[in-house]
Formats: sequence, C-alpha cells, structure tokens
Amino acid sequence: MNDRKSEGQAPATATAPVPLAADGLQPAASKRAKAPVRKQANRRKFIRSLLMAGGVLGVAMLGYIPVASARKSRLRPPGALEENDLLSSCIKCGQCVQVCPVAAIKLDDIDQGFGVGVPYIDPRAQACDFSCDAVQCILACPTGSLTYTKPSSLATRGGMLLARPPVLKAKEDDPEPTLNLRERIGVARLSRPEACLAVQGKGFSGQARGSDFRGRLRYVAVDRWKPVPVRDHPYQRELCDLCVSECPIKDAIHMDESVAADGSKQYRPQVLEQCVGCGVCEMICPVTPAAIVVDQREPWRA
Amino acid sequence: MSQLERIRVMFGAAPQKPEVIKPEAKQVHSLKRMTKADFEALKQHARDHELVTHKWRNRRWLVLILANLLFTFSFWLDIQILEGALTASRFVGFHLIDLNSALQVMLAHKHIIVNLFIGTATVFVLWAVLGGRSFCSWVCPYHLLAEWFESLHLKLVSKKLVSDHEFHRATRTVFWVIFALLAVVSGYTVFETISPTGILSRALIYGPSLALGWVLLLLAFEVVYSRRAWCRYVCPIGLTYGMVGAISPVRVEYHLEKCFHEGDCRKVCLVPHVLDVVIKGRAAELSTPIGPDCTRCGLCVDVCPSGALVFNVKGLSKLL
Repeated sequence: MNDRKSEGQAPATATAPVPLAADGLQPAASKRAKAPVRKQANRRKFIRSLLMAGGVLGVAMLGYIPVASARKSRLRPPGALEENDLLSSCIKCGQCVQVCPVAAIKLDDIDQGFGVGVPYIDPRAQACDFSCDAVQCILACPTGSLTYTKPSSLATRGGMLLARPPVLKAKEDDPEPTLNLRERIGVARLSRPEACLAVQGKGFSGQARGSDFRGRLRYVAVDRWKPVPVRDHPYQRELCDLCVSECPIKDAIHMDESVAADGSKQYRPQVLEQCVGCGVCEMICPVTPAAIVVDQREPWRA
Repeated sequence: MSQLERIRVMFGAAPQKPEVIKPEAKQVHSLKRMTKADFEALKQHARDHELVTHKWRNRRWLVLILANLLFTFSFWLDIQILEGALTASRFVGFHLIDLNSALQVMLAHKHIIVNLFIGTATVFVLWAVLGGRSFCSWVCPYHLLAEWFESLHLKLVSKKLVSDHEFHRATRTVFWVIFALLAVVSGYTVFETISPTGILSRALIYGPSLALGWVLLLLAFEVVYSRRAWCRYVCPIGLTYGMVGAISPVRVEYHLEKCFHEGDCRKVCLVPHVLDVVIKGRAAELSTPIGPDCTRCGLCVDVCPSGALVFNVKGLSKLL
C-alpha cells in the first residue's frame, strides 16, 4: 500500500526531468520515463530510511557517553549487581521504588544514558534505613538486578561481602536479629573531620537537617513500623553523635574517645567493618555539606 | 493472501496481488462491475444510512487510559493492584513483563531468573491470544499521544503546510535486528534508553523526566515530517508483539460483499498495508482476516460505512 502511494506521489515529489538528464537518460524515451522516476522515488525513500535509521541509532548510542564517562557510579539499592550487570539486567520498571517505605530509591533520568530508569539512592536526601527489615526492593525486583545472593556466573567485587551477617538494631530483640543481606553497597567515611561536630567537641540541638528537610527515618522508640520525618524528631546532644546513634546496623560505627596531650578528651566517629554503606550517617549529619559520606561500592579497608 | 504472506508484509514486504481468486470471490468482483451510476447510487445509499461512530476508538482510549492510570494510582494511592511500569509489573502479585523489554534484558544480561521467565511467559500467552499488536493501540501510552498528534499532522497536510514522507517499512525490521544485536554485543539495553513507551510509562508513574524531551522530539518529527513515523517504521516493540500475535484468534475481518472499495479505512489506518485486500479486485476470498501487523485499534471498523470490516474472534462464532 505504502509503495503504491509513493508511486502516485513520485511525479510530484521527484522533480522529474532535470535529474533524469543528469543521470544521462534519454529524454526522448518518454514512454519509459515513468520507470526511472519510480526508481528514483524508491531510491530517495531508501536513502531517507537509511538516514532516519542512522539518526535514531545515533541518538540511542549517545546513551553510552554518560555510562562510559561516569567517573563514579551511583549508590545503588541494596543487593544490586555490579554496575554493568545492573544496567544490563534492570528492566527499568521501578518496582523497587514502589516498595521502599522511606522512598529512598529513585530512578535515573535520560542524562544517565543507558542508565535511564535504573534505580539509585541519594543518601544525603534519603538514605536506606532498612525500615522494611527484609530489604523489600530485592523481593520486588523481577529480573534479579537486586538479589540476596549473586549468581556464581556473575563477577562480584572484592570486599563486598561482610564478614558476618549484619545485625539490625531494630530487630535486636527478635529471634533472628540479622538482616538477610550479607553484603555492603558502600562504606561510610569521615570525609571532612574538621567539620565534624564531635571532632570539635561540640554538641547538637534541634532538627538535624533543618525544618524543610523531607527525609524520614525509623525511630524504633517512636514506632518500629512507621518511619517519621527527621524534622519531627529534634535532638538534644551534649556531644553530637547522630551518625553513631542513628546507624541502623549494630557495630558499624562507634565514637572513638582518646585523650589529647593537653589532657582534654578527643572524639571521632569511627567506621567499623560491619558498615553496609546504607548512608543514614550521611543523611543525618547536621553539618553542611555532610562531614561523613558513603563511598559507593567501596570495599572495606581496615 | 496466506498467513505467511501476511507475516512477510509485516516485516516490510509490499503486499502482492493474489494469484488465485476463489470462484465465489470472483463472482462478487464481477457483480460489482455494474454501471457507474448504479454503483454510485448504492454507495450513496450506504452513506445516507451511515452511522458515524467512534465506538471502538472510545472504548480503546478508555481502556488505554485506565490501564495506565491503574499503574499510576497503584503507586500514588498505594492501592497496589498493578505495581511497576509497562516494562515490568505485578498484577495483584503476578509478574507481568513486557515482551520486548524482557527480550532486551535477556539478550543483554544473558541470565534469566525464574520471575523474569514467569512474567514473560504470562504476557506472551496473554497477547498471543488477544492479538499481539493490540498492545500498541490498547495499552501503549505513546500510541495515544501519537494518535492525537497525528490529527494535527493531518490538519497541516490538508492545509498543505507539511507533507508526509514515507520511509521503507522494512526499516522497522532492520531496527529490531540491530537493537537485538546491540543488546547482545554491548550488554546494555540500548533500545530502552530511547523507548518512548518506557519513558512515558515511567513519567506517568514516577513523575516527569528530562527524557520526555525525546518523546516530544519524536512527536514533533511526526507532525512536521512523517506521519506516525515511530510506530510505523521504528518501534521494535510493535514488531515483537506483531510476531507474538501472528496467529491470534482476535482480529479484524474483511467481508468482500459489503465493501464499496472507497478506501476510508486505509486513510485512517496506522498500518494501511494490512488493508491491501480492500482494494478493488484484490480479495481472493469472501472473508479475509487482517494481517498480524494490525493493531486491532478499530478505526477502520468505526469508519467503514458498510460494515465490511468487523472485529472477529476465530472459532467463537462456531462455538456459540
């Protein structure tokens, strides 16, 4: 049908005589002129199709640029495969987004190229606090991009597995207190010790992140099953230890005390091997920018 | 036209005139060779009794909008009926996975887990029965947008401000193969990056994104340069579903006797090559099922003044 239509249009669209002459055909053969015109229309259609195909494929392949040029990958949800495997296996449906009780998971936009629609966590805005207890995003994933245990055929980075199952502080009194995920998504690091209130020996009082911060956190003392906005839970601390006290994982971070040469007490949050990289410390840190951050996909270094 | 021939047409071959026309069809063809005045009178009669209806279009728009809203509200209002996006979802807990997205992921990742397989198989059976490309016109949000922008394109064409530039229909088959190869070789789901279906579905559920700019660009291209270009010449999703629904019992059927060969159906059709059979003298049989590239949108059924095109479920009439 399409072909027929273009036949009909051919004399109008193809400026007939001039190119014909240019092609060295005899203008006298007017009876047969129709065939070359049709041929030419077909050739135009073919070239047009070729250009269009090239254009669409070109745009699609542009998606490789952000992937290739990314110096650091995003913090991915718990249980995520290695970056390349994540991008190939993720079906971009966002079911992980939908089940997260604190809405920590977001989907990447087209500026991330092939990574469009792939989930990530911006811990400073909303960290994963394991409010769901069972790592619901992994349960929701239909393609195995997020999994509890990695298939043996896929590569995993060193230092991803934890030495022992992490104990969830909220579940400490349960018969089974451990989190059913034995790997880390990153490691916390005191990136700006000079800004850390504890290092300065300062306390903290008030809303950790100000009155317009929308992030939420599970406070077991308030409600084990319902995370509340951080702004509704002001703090009063002689010495700021929010990163230590709000960490959802047991033995993942502690406040290191030491005595200085002048006899004064010195404090410094110290990240321990059980850190899973959830980012709660980065979210709750009251200084701006945060003094403690999560390095995504980093292995544990003693 | 045999089913094989119809599948060839879906992949981009030009429809051929039938070699053998059955005697009963020949008879109808010859009966229609009446005097022009008589034929005009018959046509006029049909036109006078024509019921202008948008029955199927309205039903389809309703289904399409409700299906997409069900995704949106399942998340927004937390009613949890249809969780996920069009690429993959759970309908009250059962996995549903878009066939083309599943294919891309399987080719790129080369590792298939049980849930992925279950969801894909479920959707495969669903659309194999309901007519593969029904997905396009009854579910795909880009189809609806493109349909609206198409009417703008047609308005501009009628004012001679723009004209439709056709591409070769086999381009879509080439795209399908290239995107499959790209997934295998690169290990990325390259097509998902530019799929307006996925982009729109996610935008409807998770909020607007920059990616919508690409969708707008496609729509603009279709308005000013080429009618329904994405659905007609590019989208591998359409071809995937077309293959899946190749032997579906749900289809539009053409009845030669009732047809006046005016061609209104081919003017409204997204894939007019499937309606080649309505051209005068082309039908080889009294009733002909429309090919697998048909999206079952029902525009031709709505527009036909004489009821020559109707929805039909193969075997159902015998069963009832």
